[in-house]
Amino acid sequence: MSMVRNTREAMRRDRVFRFLEPSPDFARPVDTSHGPILYVEDVSVRFDGFLALNQLTLSVDEGELRCIIGPNGAGKTTMMDVITGKTQPDEGKVFFGQNVDLLRLDEYEIARGGIGRKFQKPTVFEALTVFENLELSMASDKRVWSTLFFRLRPEQRDRIDEVLDLIGLLEHHEHVAGSLSHGQKQWLEIGMLLMQNPRVLLVDEPVAGMTGEETERTAELLVSLAGSHTVIVVEHDMAFVRSIARRVTVLHQGSVLAEGSMSQIQNDPRVIEVYLGDEA
Amino acid sequence: MLTRRLFLSDWGGITVLVLLLAMTVAVPYANLALPPESPWHLSTYWVALIGKFLTFALLALAIDLIWGYAGILSLGHGAFFGLGGYAMGMYLTRQIGDRGVYGNPELPDFMVFLSYDSLPWFWWGFDMFWFAMAMVVLVPGLLALVFGWLAFRSRVGGVYFAIITQALVFALMLAFFRNEMGFGGNNGLTDFKDILGFSVQARETRVGLFVASAVVLILAYVASRYIVTSRYGRVLIALRDAESRTRFAGYRVEHYKLWLFVFSAMLAGIAGALYVPQVGIINPGEFAPLRSIEAVLWVAVGGRGSLFGAIIGAFTVNGAKTWFTTAYPEAWLFALGALFVLVTLFLPRGLVGIFRRKRKGEGA
Repeated sequence: MSMVRNTREAMRRDRVFRFLEPSPDFARPVDTSHGPILYVEDVSVRFDGFLALNQLTLSVDEGELRCIIGPNGAGKTTMMDVITGKTQPDEGKVFFGQNVDLLRLDEYEIARGGIGRKFQKPTVFEALTVFENLELSMASDKRVWSTLFFRLRPEQRDRIDEVLDLIGLLEHHEHVAGSLSHGQKQWLEIGMLLMQNPRVLLVDEPVAGMTGEETERTAELLVSLAGSHTVIVVEHDMAFVRSIARRVTVLHQGSVLAEGSMSQIQNDPRVIEVYLGDEA
Repeated sequence: MLTRRLFLSDWGGITVLVLLLAMTVAVPYANLALPPESPWHLSTYWVALIGKFLTFALLALAIDLIWGYAGILSLGHGAFFGLGGYAMGMYLTRQIGDRGVYGNPELPDFMVFLSYDSLPWFWWGFDMFWFAMAMVVLVPGLLALVFGWLAFRSRVGGVYFAIITQALVFALMLAFFRNEMGFGGNNGLTDFKDILGFSVQARETRVGLFVASAVVLILAYVASRYIVTSRYGRVLIALRDAESRTRFAGYRVEHYKLWLFVFSAMLAGIAGALYVPQVGIINPGEFAPLRSIEAVLWVAVGGRGSLFGAIIGAFTVNGAKTWFTTAYPEAWLFALGALFVLVTLFLPRGLVGIFRRKRKGEGA
């Protein structure tokens, strides 16, 4: 048994030999018949002895708008890294629906399979135009050969225009993304996620650096997306969380400290102690 | 539609292509048709020299494709250039036949000297032109495929990738220096007689090789331009600037890098194959790490990420080198160093950066 584990260990890092394992069937529809679309179970991640995630268990229902809060170093970003395949946990399970094991998949497979991610620092392709940013993110055949001979179809162009309108960048579509303001980049990145046609959107600090008005519009956008999409928002801005949250999960030192509605959370003495503190 | 996509707002590229086409016609005319007394006559020395620059320009183009567009800095492209050169050199060596010093119809001179009994297996087939030409692209392509696959899958990038490519080219140099390798060791392969039945020394052959180099460079430019203006090209720019984002957009970044690297290696191999008959020798010196670094310099001087800038850079630096090494031989290395410092300080986008228009809304 230990030999099996050792062999596994040897093959895991950087996944050079991943192709030897059978890949899970992502073509099958993701099974969410029991409600949850995302299960995270007993996940632990260690970085040089530091426990970034400690037996984290979390489940998110389909169509839900979930806010995740927690002090710095609580493991919010690491959790996103695990879900999107960037970091392999030391132990635990992560399932998409009931049938897709996300730990067996690479980032690109998870992205194609319907989990979109927005980074904490807005990350767009700065040298390309706004239009090209959306076009690249668009759900389509993303293998090498087909991108070499790709031609944009009219309905795809319409879809891009639709999203451009939604994120309010229609008149900027020819501009290089690097020239946009911080808030506009945040929106462009949300637009890029939408182009991927995701079932789950993981949004890391969407309103950082936005003006009050921009924050309000972002809140509206995210609320309107919930229902048809599952939206998971990690945010520091408590006013923003209050304005959109239905269900809030508080992370602390790599595991879930509390979960419930905003008012329950605000009155939880443990939460007040570690996080809300003077703010609540 | 396609022509529009390839050349729209690529004024620099169009200019360079027109110049290359003009050269393809004018140089053979000036050499073959004009009498030697004419002031416009171009000696065969110049034809061979410009032909050599064309092959360097092709190497620079190959480097710019991966460095300028995908951000992959290879300091070992001389490996692919040299392997393509050796494949051509092996064909040319086999064409010598019994005209060598030892008059052995089967074995090249150095093998007779090292008392080989028979031709080693890896020399089989190199008497056939088509086979040698296939090897010119397949050997560098295969090496790039294996090397790139290992490097990109393990997510080796940036400086680390640059260093291991240096190690690759250095290892090849040491290996080819050994007589036991069966590639002529230190001396390499030389004393070529004919190519496809034409004498390599003949004026007409030199002109033919020149035209071939120019045509290949033009085709390679158009092919590269096709790649960088396709969606593939936009994925490359995306992964150059934000690799993680590109992965989370659903692209398998390793594959994009790998196939571009293979294509680039093949271009470098072709460049090497065109270079060898024009200079008349291939030896392990082509694998010297410094040579690969110099090729990256051509691209930096010309301007990274524009394709035609690489061609301009290769011509500028090599032209300057030719002039300096005849006029002030001892000053060349200082001039090269000064050129690099000046370009880095004042022209971060290279020579073509002076002329390139910024895209709409682009900042400083």
